[in-house]
Amino acid sequence: MNRYSAFGLLRGALNGQKHWQPAWRDPEPKAHYDIIIIGGGGHGLATAYYLAKVHGLRNIAVLEKGWIGGGNTGRNTTIVRSNYRLKPLHDFFEFGLKLWHHLSDELNYNVMFSPRGAMFLGHSDADMVKLAERGDAMRCDGIDADLMTRDEVAKLEPLLDMSRSARFPIEGGLIQRRGGTARHDAVAWGYARGADSFGVDIIQKCEVTGFVRNGNAVVGVETTRGRIGAGRVGICVAGHSGHVAGLAGLKLPIESQTLQAMVTEGVKPMINSVIMSQSLHCYISQSDKGGIVFGGDPDNWPSYAQRGHPMVMEGAIAQGLALVPSLSRLRMVRTWSGVTDMSFDGSPIIGETPVRNLYLNGGWCYGGFKATPASGWTYAHTLATGSPHPLNAPFSLERFMTGATIDETGTGPMPSSR
Amino acid sequence: MTGPSRPSSATDINFTFDGKRYSARRGDTLAAALLANGIGLVGRSFKYHRPRGIMTAGVEEPSALVTVGEGGRTEPNTRATDVFVYDGLVANSQNRWPSLSLDFGAIFGLAAPLFSAGFYYKTFFGSAKRWMFYEHFIRKAAGLGNAPTESDPDRFSQRAAFCDVLVVGAGPSGLAAAVDAAEAGQRVILVEQDEILGASLIRDPQELYSVWVQNCAERIRAAGGRILTRTTASGYWEHDLVTLTQRLAEPGQVPHNGVAQRLWHVRAGQVLLATGSIERPVAFPNNDRPGVMLSQAVRTYVRRYGVCPGQRVVIATNNDDAYLTAHALQEAGAQIVAILEARPAPAGQGQNLPVFNNAHPLSTKGARHCLKNVSGSVDGVTKSWDADLLAVSGGFTPVVHLHCQAGGTLEWNDAAQAFVPAQSRQNVKTIGGAAAPAPVFNATPVAPAKKSFVDFQNDVTLADVDLAWAEGYRSVEHLKRYTTLGMATDQGKTSNMGALARLAEKQGVAIPEAGLTTFRPPYTPVTMGLFAGAGAKDAGAHKRRLALYDVHAAKNPIWQPLGYWFRPRAYPMAGETLADAAMREARSVRTSAGLTDVSTLAKFEVSGPDAVALLETICATTVGKLAVGRGRYTFMLREDGFVFDDGTVWRIDENRYLLTSSTGGADRMATHLSYVRNYLHPSWHVSVVNVQEHYAGIAIAGPKAKSAVAKLIGEEPPRHMSTISAKIAGVSVLVLAASYSGERAFEIYVDARNAEPVWTHCETAVIAEGGCLYGLEAMEFLRIEKGHLVVGGEIDGRTTPQDLALDKMLNKAGGFIGASGLGRSALSEPGRRQLVGLEAIEGSIPEGSMLVTADGKSPEGHVTASAFRIMEGGSIALAHLADGFDRHGEELIATSPTRGQRARVRVIAPHFYDSAGERYRD
Amino acid sequence: MMLIHCPHCGPRAQSEFVYERTVDSVAPTDATTDQAMQTLFTRNNPRGVDDEIWRHSFGCRAWMVITRHRVTNEISHVRAVGPETLP
Ligand SMILES: Cc1cc2nc3c(=O)[nH]c(=O)nc-3n(C[C@H](O)[C@H](O)[C@H](O)COP(=O)(O)OP(=O)(O)OC[C@H]3O[C@@H](n4cnc5c(N)ncnc54)[C@H](O)[C@@H]3O)c2cc1C
Ligand SMILES: [Zn+2]
Repeated sequence: MNRYSAFGLLRGALNGQKHWQPAWRDPEPKAHYDIIIIGGGGHGLATAYYLAKVHGLRNIAVLEKGWIGGGNTGRNTTIVRSNYRLKPLHDFFEFGLKLWHHLSDELNYNVMFSPRGAMFLGHSDADMVKLAERGDAMRCDGIDADLMTRDEVAKLEPLLDMSRSARFPIEGGLIQRRGGTARHDAVAWGYARGADSFGVDIIQKCEVTGFVRNGNAVVGVETTRGRIGAGRVGICVAGHSGHVAGLAGLKLPIESQTLQAMVTEGVKPMINSVIMSQSLHCYISQSDKGGIVFGGDPDNWPSYAQRGHPMVMEGAIAQGLALVPSLSRLRMVRTWSGVTDMSFDGSPIIGETPVRNLYLNGGWCYGGFKATPASGWTYAHTLATGSPHPLNAPFSLERFMTGATIDETGTGPMPSSR
Repeated sequence: MTGPSRPSSATDINFTFDGKRYSARRGDTLAAALLANGIGLVGRSFKYHRPRGIMTAGVEEPSALVTVGEGGRTEPNTRATDVFVYDGLVANSQNRWPSLSLDFGAIFGLAAPLFSAGFYYKTFFGSAKRWMFYEHFIRKAAGLGNAPTESDPDRFSQRAAFCDVLVVGAGPSGLAAAVDAAEAGQRVILVEQDEILGASLIRDPQELYSVWVQNCAERIRAAGGRILTRTTASGYWEHDLVTLTQRLAEPGQVPHNGVAQRLWHVRAGQVLLATGSIERPVAFPNNDRPGVMLSQAVRTYVRRYGVCPGQRVVIATNNDDAYLTAHALQEAGAQIVAILEARPAPAGQGQNLPVFNNAHPLSTKGARHCLKNVSGSVDGVTKSWDADLLAVSGGFTPVVHLHCQAGGTLEWNDAAQAFVPAQSRQNVKTIGGAAAPAPVFNATPVAPAKKSFVDFQNDVTLADVDLAWAEGYRSVEHLKRYTTLGMATDQGKTSNMGALARLAEKQGVAIPEAGLTTFRPPYTPVTMGLFAGAGAKDAGAHKRRLALYDVHAAKNPIWQPLGYWFRPRAYPMAGETLADAAMREARSVRTSAGLTDVSTLAKFEVSGPDAVALLETICATTVGKLAVGRGRYTFMLREDGFVFDDGTVWRIDENRYLLTSSTGGADRMATHLSYVRNYLHPSWHVSVVNVQEHYAGIAIAGPKAKSAVAKLIGEEPPRHMSTISAKIAGVSVLVLAASYSGERAFEIYVDARNAEPVWTHCETAVIAEGGCLYGLEAMEFLRIEKGHLVVGGEIDGRTTPQDLALDKMLNKAGGFIGASGLGRSALSEPGRRQLVGLEAIEGSIPEGSMLVTADGKSPEGHVTASAFRIMEGGSIALAHLADGFDRHGEELIATSPTRGQRARVRVIAPHFYDSAGERYRD
Repeated sequence: MMLIHCPHCGPRAQSEFVYERTVDSVAPTDATTDQAMQTLFTRNNPRGVDDEIWRHSFGCRAWMVITRHRVTNEISHVRAVGPETLP
């Protein structure tokens, strides 16, 4: 594997880019692996990486039905933060955020993590109390969060509409300065390259179509490239969790919905942080290429269509323009959507399933990109040892039946109202 | 390049480019006008800042991007080929410093070998902070134009329409199809993104097209069809819904009636896509130099605009169409110095033209950003020609975007070397050139890879494609993302085919096997304001207006948003702060009387023989035993057993009940009731009517409330938790005796249309008792002191009846929604957060603060609401605390690090006032 | 945006309708805790056809069951539910 560095680039410039090797191999599947991970998104690839790096395992495969990173990893708005109100959530995501801060070095692949600040706007005194509560919960657990006055918000984002007569006037904000955005593809590719260097087989165009069972235990998978045996199998397919778990006869507390995002034509820097809102459902940031990246609520009905509803998109844009009026004349150049795995308490599921040797990582809703390193780390631990890491122990599948749900918004079990 | 001479006309108009004034003819695109004025250098590329000119004559333009307009109408990244010049148009070049011709950013171009595909992934390591340092400069260099900083002065409108046939594209096949459909009696809408109809016909000799096109347009209109020009079908959604974007003003132009653009949602019976095709460039080194243009574009400038973009012309082609361009150029007086024909055999059209077969371009040279020389390979031998224009045609890519957006599939047409529509999932058909593009020779690039641009805007070359391949980014999606191919504002309209052909060659497969990236809306970029429409003003959120709004507004209260509502928060007197006013109002309730508007509460009338059955399904408390004229507190659970709302239920009549619940949860409760009634129990004999806005609600509370109400209704007021019908000011009202404040209190419900006189009478009565109006803030103080719950506060969607000490009220018979959820183990495990009261020992308790046993410890609970004791003073609060019921008497810290506030508190019972409830009973 | 044929109002834009839940999420009223929670928390969520409960919220407000393909959005059947459908 090439080590990436400024020197390597210089060498490439002089030798006509002749010395670069593939970032990962394109191997044929073997007959048997100790651990098979279904799904070559960021989470699956990170899991493989940490299985090899932290747990010393080598006989691992990641099976991807299309091309790695082509699921939600390659479709998301890349907001990375750990500013959750509930302890199990902020502890988990904070562990991840710490990994993010050194991920480029760790992987020798620039994932362009840019902690430019993730800011929630408050639009009323009540919003500001809720934001303070969230910030206080974080601060007491050692996570950075700062309340901002109106003036501080206006200074950070001069293009926000700060008028008092706005429908949702801006009263202040809560910022997590260590939050920000990253380059989504690079996360998948960086983990893939890292995993591959440890000997992990990354097998693309290999869809899992069934499970090989021995009683209540899974002993392998059927794929479009043949049967492959496995000691343990980890599902890691985000929006397709319901479908893949269904192949093993499992039903999940997950409903798949479409989440859209969009980007404008590139312009010179105008948005400095990640803007989110306590009352509105849109989020805005600017990519390194200059496009304004926009997201909103999911289309709140079940769908695997990977196509959004135009009016949901129009609604998100209306909200964004109410916040930043001068976005009005920019042009949207592309919309896209992903199939998100909406869990029934809004929190992820990482852990065992009722089927022996079969594990589940899913239920990320619209917020799993930021979890990629933590998810990989804890899922690797779970798959390697057969039992959860303390950080993912609360996120068991079982919690829905016992009632120990982790419901950040207090919305309850209907994803459509989340 | 020298400007060709075009006779000026009486209708000449003026525009500026980079501050210099030029004239144009009405009907010119900015690109045509620039060419007519001899301007070849128009912009700089994204990454290497290479000089770029005008390449196309349509919406696919990757290179000639400029900023048009001023102030809040500034539109960056406008394609010069897609804006029609109006008098006073202001255009500026972008992404250059200090000027277009001298751009320091061009050093990126010199370092191009360094900035290969994937450059950024391979360097700038170190901490995230360090990346941010570099990123600062990278961001500044990236982006193209500058966004406006002002608000948009114009409006954007939206419209819905229906038709039997929607025809997209007004070329020959679109026009003919629209005529046929319209004359067959179908409702037809024909849309064309151009300002005029005719599309490809406009490149033909003028006489030919104009008569026929005019005739078609007249026939369509005569048959009742609608023609929308300057209108782009930009999105194809589910079930044949197509979004159209219509420009009513050009970019930067002041619109006639304030509306700049219109968004149409058209539901069509059938959609006919006559979208034609887009010409492909040819990949060879330095193919991006100003003066290299697509062949059909050259023809368009010559025939449509009377502008001949060059005098000595080389043409490079792999198909017949380019010969039409040669003829057009010759007619315009230009000299064709060479035709580099990729096909080995001589073509018939080449007579009297300098055709070189088995030839392709190799490179270009220029001076002062103009083309000077073209070199090419003829039978493997390099030749060169002095030329000021190179017209290229690499074949044609059908515009299949909408077909694909609609879920349609593509198939490979080998003769045309192009993907054409195959199956469609919706009622859509592709006709004309988009379905059957002209045959071409070979789409696979043959020239050297370095500086052979495939994506002109994002500066992606064949060398980048090769590098991505070598590094393992082999799926077409990886290629796109690794190199940024096709991700610029043109979304790869001109670039994708060349790169795809190269990829297929690398993979050793036929082009169709290499795969394609997805076509996503919009077809061409759409102004954000257009999507937002009127919603940009208010974020699309409507406001609900209180029935008594005018009465309150006259008193100039402080308003508070509450969902869609705005309610008076306090009625400050001169010089009072919010806190002062609220405290005065609350004291008035505690000592005499207060009057407040409670109209927003959710209210439902439930009647019929099965009313009790329905209520006992919804409510977790018993309802059946309620006597006529009596009411009680109730709460509702979600199916999973958590409390989600609370309110009161009143038996008005034998089979008629009134159910109230929280304002914020009103819509949710309405749906919940409707679900139970209509979906779960359709056979029940019960009706549920949402009367939230039918009734205005007026609450009178305080020790003097009873005497005030007695005077108002002229009879004995109802006892606590009883209700009677009465009249105030001659208007029928329903009087409920219920207390939220802890005092003797009444809620008076009245038909919202007659609320004003009732309110006025009530106000007079309350003031006569020495009382005053009170708002939400005082109400909050009162209820906290009394220990009443609020949805969104103590009831946060995570609490059980046990957590809130409501379990004694649960209906023992079960059968209500949520009963089975309650049985789950985690709902009664130790460690749950339970409702407690707090009183401050030191400091005042910050709302939302965390409860810790000592600084530095993880929180064990939090403050849900805080207030001051109304009469005695002293900070108090309600809170959720782990195992709180057993911790009364314990001392804790309520800390808010984000606000730098903390208090020492003692845990007590959550009732701070009249816990025996003596004050509201007679 | 789909076109939904309301059994009462005819074809209407999807924006007039609200999705509520799937048919498989509704437990019988006499279910045990376990059954009720199983029903509530485990769903078919197929990458294919499912029966969904929708409401013509901005129209006649009636409830209906829509049989819909989750990938193609093809609606194969709409069934009215509610008191007005009873004999
Ligand atoms: C529009 C949008 C915006 C978002 N914004 C954010 C954000 O700002 N911040 C944030 O933190 N999160 C965000 N998310 C969520 C985030 O993208 C996801 O939670 C996260 O990327 C999930 O990663 P993953 O690796 O689990 O899934 P994916 O990246 O989806 O990977 C799953 C992979 O499994 C493969 N697969 C599926 N079925 C099979 C099979 N049978 N066999 C083999 N392979 C299979 C898929 O092809 C896919 O590649 C957003 C999501 C979307 C859609
Ligand atoms: Zn209807």
